Amino acid sequence: MTTFFDRPLEEQIAQWRAYVRRRQALHDLDVEELEGHLRDQLVELTKAGLAGDEAFLVAVKRMGSLDALSREFARVHSERLWKQLVVAPGAPDESANTARAETLVVLSLAVAAALAIKAPALFGLRLGDGNEPFYVRNASLFVFPLLTVYFLWKRRAGIVSGLWLALPFAAGAVFANVFPFRASGDTWVLTALHLPIALWLAVGFAYVRGRWFAGAGRMDFVRFSGELVIYYALIALGGGVLTGFAMMMFKAIGINAEWLAQGWLIPCGAMGAVIIGSWLVEAKQSVIENMAPVLTRLFTPLFTVLLLVFLATMAWTGRPINVKRDVLIGFDLLLVLVVGLVLYAASARDPQAPPDFFDGLQLLLVVSALVVDGVALAAITARISEFGFTPNRVAALGENLILLVNLAWSAWLYVRCLRQRGSFAVLERWQIAYLPVYSIWAALVVVVFPPAFGYR
Amino acid sequence: MLLRMDMSKDLVAASATPLVLAILAEGDSYGYAIIKRVAELSGGHLQWTDGMLYPVLHRLERQGLVAAKWSASEHGRRRKYYRITREGRAQLAAQRRQWQVVDGTLRGIWMKVCTA
Repeated sequence: MTTFFDRPLEEQIAQWRAYVRRRQALHDLDVEELEGHLRDQLVELTKAGLAGDEAFLVAVKRMGSLDALSREFARVHSERLWKQLVVAPGAPDESANTARAETLVVLSLAVAAALAIKAPALFGLRLGDGNEPFYVRNASLFVFPLLTVYFLWKRRAGIVSGLWLALPFAAGAVFANVFPFRASGDTWVLTALHLPIALWLAVGFAYVRGRWFAGAGRMDFVRFSGELVIYYALIALGGGVLTGFAMMMFKAIGINAEWLAQGWLIPCGAMGAVIIGSWLVEAKQSVIENMAPVLTRLFTPLFTVLLLVFLATMAWTGRPINVKRDVLIGFDLLLVLVVGLVLYAASARDPQAPPDFFDGLQLLLVVSALVVDGVALAAITARISEFGFTPNRVAALGENLILLVNLAWSAWLYVRCLRQRGSFAVLERWQIAYLPVYSIWAALVVVVFPPAFGYR
Repeated sequence: MLLRMDMSKDLVAASATPLVLAILAEGDSYGYAIIKRVAELSGGHLQWTDGMLYPVLHRLERQGLVAAKWSASEHGRRRKYYRITREGRAQLAAQRRQWQVVDGTLRGIWMKVCTA
């Protein structure tokens, strides 16, 4: 094939190439092959006396309909319609070199995270042996700093912002370890549950390159978080299968591999998977459909039906909520779930689109969740004097309040949007503006609760 | 000289495999040259939409009947050359027998129809 000295003709060929490349069933090599054909044809047509653009028209016409062609290609290479996640080399704008460097950085960080969780054992704090509270409290501290390093590296952030971000982790390490927790108490469990939520905000700052308040970075971080949870769950499933096989095979030759699974595979895998999962989410952004919004679409109607049926049953039978120890936490989790559904629906929604049926469904979900939670809260406050204020109960009540405020305002914004008085952009802004509230409350629980409740 | 006739799509599709294999049995070739050879052999009656040859070639490559290799063309840009494999030759022989049966059968009945 030839390169033409006819500039407009070369431009036309380039346009055609760009157009053909958009077809998913056609890979770059196929496009190159077809372009070669086009050029051969053009040479012959121009030799026969046609002008450049005439020759181009004829050659493209002879090539035939691109739709039919890509259909045929898809039939031959059906696997191409399944998007493949190829981590290296990455996007076309980055060279194979940076992709290789990233692979190296990620693998080193994953190994570092896996080793970090084994490091305390060198100082006599072995996993097991009653050291579980220490490990559970510090779980996020083994891996979140490394994840932050990954984002700082990836976003090419400066040393200074890196040092700033070291502060929250250092503070977290101090508050997780200086308090004289009682092993039988609840406050260390609260620290273990809340420290990751507080520190996740620091990871988010690294993710958005420190520009928390600018642009769409925060929503991207929300999307990233949702996808990471899904990837992590999938990796954990695979890890479970790996562990199961390890146990089974070593048992077959009479060796108990429990120490291998519990001391190495599970803790090291759990840490490394956070880094690997984040890397996969970063790499696949544009390759694979985001799963969190899909799950949101799937489960919003189901949860709405569940809540409505629950309310109807309660009204019909007159059964009160049986206030037991964990009821408040259960309803907290319900609100977390509903907030998650609202958040991920907002993350996938085009703010400019007019309200549709699904938005009405979301409002119904939020309102029914508010009603259910209101009923539960009424039942709990009626008997709170009986229980007294334990750290668990105060934390759960505080969280309930925070989520209620979010949902109540969201419901109001939904009503406005559905009546076309406001835009969905406002709802999205409300949701992302609220994100730091969760982390600040979590930080409060970590810092204030243990001393306030005497490390119970 | 015969007027150009419109061949039925099915017939074109069915003849594509033996034609491509037979042309490659003459010697290694590439897409554009194969199309030219088809036009030449059929006296211009078998007109393929050019693009459609490539899915056929890729299918044959997947089935192992032809093998492909990228190498430099006379103009410097690289080009994908196709070569018939041993399985391809066996397939060509089998197809040839089938087509001969079809051809022979049709010939027999057409003689009768014409003379009747």
